[in-house]
Amino acid sequence: MNTQDTRRPAGKKLSLKEKYAQMTRGLGWDTSYEPMDQVFDQLGLEGIKIHDWDKWEDPFRLTMDAYWKYQAEKERKLYAVLDAFQQNNGHLNISDARYVNTLKLFFTGITPAEYNAHRLFAMLGRQFPGPGAAIACQMQAVDELRHVQTQIHSISQYNKYFNGLHDHTVMNDRLWYLSVPKSFFEDAISSGPFEQIIAISFALEYLLTNLVFMPFMSGAAYNGDMATVTFGFSSQSDEARHMTLGLECIKFVLEQDPGNAAIIQRYLDKWFWRGYKVLGLVSMMLDYMLPKKVMSWKEAWDIYFVQNGGSLFNDLSRYGLSMPKYWEQSVAEAEHLSHQTWNAFYNFSGAAAFHVWLPSDEDMAWLAEKYPNTFDQHYRPRIEHYRKLQAEGKRYYNPSLPMLCQTCQTPLIFTEMDDPTRTSHRQLEHDGDTYHFCSDGCRDIFAEQPDKYVSAWLPAHQILQGNCVEPGTEAAGDPGADALRYFHVVAGQDNLDYEGSPDEANWRRWKGLDKTTPAAAA
Amino acid sequence: MSVEIRVASIDPIRQTFARTARRFGADKPASRYQEASFDLQPRDNFHYRPVWDPQRDIYDRRRTAIEMRDWDDFRDPRQYYYATYVLNRARMQEAAEKSFEFVDKHGLMATLSAAQVQDIETLLLPLRHLEWAANLNNCFISAYCFGSPMAQGAIYTTTDRLGIAQYLSRIGLLLDGNSGQSLTDAKARWLDDPAWQPLRRLTERSLVQKDWFELFVAQNLVLDSLIHPLLYAPFHSGVGDTGGAYLAMLTEFIKDWSADNQKWVDACLKIATAESPANRARLSAWTAEWKALALDALAPLAQRAAHLDGPERLAAAARALDQRIAKLGFEAA
Repeated sequence: MNTQDTRRPAGKKLSLKEKYAQMTRGLGWDTSYEPMDQVFDQLGLEGIKIHDWDKWEDPFRLTMDAYWKYQAEKERKLYAVLDAFQQNNGHLNISDARYVNTLKLFFTGITPAEYNAHRLFAMLGRQFPGPGAAIACQMQAVDELRHVQTQIHSISQYNKYFNGLHDHTVMNDRLWYLSVPKSFFEDAISSGPFEQIIAISFALEYLLTNLVFMPFMSGAAYNGDMATVTFGFSSQSDEARHMTLGLECIKFVLEQDPGNAAIIQRYLDKWFWRGYKVLGLVSMMLDYMLPKKVMSWKEAWDIYFVQNGGSLFNDLSRYGLSMPKYWEQSVAEAEHLSHQTWNAFYNFSGAAAFHVWLPSDEDMAWLAEKYPNTFDQHYRPRIEHYRKLQAEGKRYYNPSLPMLCQTCQTPLIFTEMDDPTRTSHRQLEHDGDTYHFCSDGCRDIFAEQPDKYVSAWLPAHQILQGNCVEPGTEAAGDPGADALRYFHVVAGQDNLDYEGSPDEANWRRWKGLDKTTPAAAA
Repeated sequence: MSVEIRVASIDPIRQTFARTARRFGADKPASRYQEASFDLQPRDNFHYRPVWDPQRDIYDRRRTAIEMRDWDDFRDPRQYYYATYVLNRARMQEAAEKSFEFVDKHGLMATLSAAQVQDIETLLLPLRHLEWAANLNNCFISAYCFGSPMAQGAIYTTTDRLGIAQYLSRIGLLLDGNSGQSLTDAKARWLDDPAWQPLRRLTERSLVQKDWFELFVAQNLVLDSLIHPLLYAPFHSGVGDTGGAYLAMLTEFIKDWSADNQKWVDACLKIATAESPANRARLSAWTAEWKALALDALAPLAQRAAHLDGPERLAAAARALDQRIAKLGFEAA
């Protein structure tokens, strides 16, 4: 090579896109001492065909130096706010201590999911042979770690003053209702690389992020939670990148081979339904748990799924994709979902790591306005009945263990949509055993991969089998009490009603709401 | 005189999270590094076996022969969590950016001698592909290792190695006037130049390695400890006379990064060795094996760099590696 020919110090100016391409795209090579299918040995697991990884359009074109610079700037701003929040007891400025229960749900349900996303994207960053795709995933891997850690640091202050936030990782592994988001993420992470990225980048990030992220962050904004909403704003540009990755990925895979569309449609059907079932927890948070409401679940579903999702699928129809199976059912259920979910937690609040309460008259007026077709007819009478029982000192608890859906692991708490008095319950025989499901969607998902779903760790079954005993301790003989200790839920502190809880007593004391309240137990 | 601001103080009901208290004590507030780094990986009740490794759990201790009672024991002496990591690298990149701008603005690459340019082209630029492999290897460690502290350290090294590959690319672009020709040529060397083939062969071998801790030893200990003194260090101290200082500026990030990363690598190795004689034996055997392979693979490049004392540098690096691991508690036996 003639070195003199290539020396042109007065170089042309590169656009950001060209600079990124020069610095990044040529880094990989086709290995020859080891076979490529050994170096990237997960690509053949699913039958997806990729002919040319160079066709991947880099959605961000961020070089590492720019990434460090932008992200450091965001961290400086975020931590300045978190410092001020802590210094000034910012937790006292929230609308009401009930609000913190939404953080408990978020921190025990979503933050551990972000941790799984960190590892999942590291897997993809290693498994995709094109540097463009791999780097996008690597950056998301480190972004997701950022979200885990900034959530921990935002919520750290709340943990010092409120109960139920103290053991989020153990709770996520063990607590019964958290097996819903846990099994969702483990379902994704245990899949092949293309299903992993469709599940998280497309179905979750692109299609459903506004329904997870928006309710919690907007809820924080409406309820005076400066720490969480600042985290939300700070991670918004990361989330925008992640959503773009989801869209780029699906288009890339579909354009690579016509045979891919059928596989992708199957993934979308599955992951839409899986994601939707996790969102049941979000629905009750929006409608029942926020002291100052942002919007109803039904409104959120109409805007973010029906309208936005609908136009997205219009775009994708040219690839032969259609709206995910059973999406119409999710729209019909929007009138019922939050009411039935909150009712279940009211019933089983003895085994939850957050507090519940009955809606006030004002709350019920709001619910009636937002749900004119269902609330007064079906749900108000039940709440008024619970109120009456409570007034008589006979607060209703459900003493049984619920039957869980083998796929999504939600208790069978939902009704048939054409008959709100009948439980929706589906069954399937497999290898001589009968499995139970909450819906047609969950039954279909099981039927596609029965060997995967038979291995699910169902909390209710595990409790009954005596497997939920804190390691290193003796079973006390009371499965309920044993299970609570195993969940790391402190009885009388983390669970049951908000009224009468240490959280309430502390709040009233700090806010000077009730001069006669004695110092609360910590 | 001091000005006093009176604030209402409210006693907290606990100091930190339970997982942090179990590890560091419940009686005092924890640092942000402590709260952000330890015991985050799911442990119990995995629902499904991964299709990509059906014999094991999603997170599984058995993906390496190294055994630890406490996989969260891998404390990073730099105490990096995301914020401190990106703040540190942002400072380093700011300095690097100034150097690249300075060299570019004053056309300083033109002051390099033909021999210096040839050294960059034949010894330095092909390393961007080695850095890409190092990126993939650390990404593998972050994905499949056990415990959140190790996964955290490895993902930062992953992005660091991409950053280094990109800085190397920019050196090439300065050299070729942004045509990218120098990078195309460097890739051709990486793929076909006989002197580079043994190293490429070893690099590809690392890419099919499935024991993540062995990969840690191969990449982050052995290969790095030999390649940095042999191929990067000549540029840090100025090759020849004219223009050498500019090359030192352009590779300063890589030099500073290496010193920084080594603190983390050494801490991990020291902790794993101290755990058990079995770990010690395992680390010794891996280091001996990869060291022998790497010395063979690098010999042709040391010869290529004979005018920069390549063979002497490689021999000294091998001795330094022995001394370094002896301090950590094992040997390349």
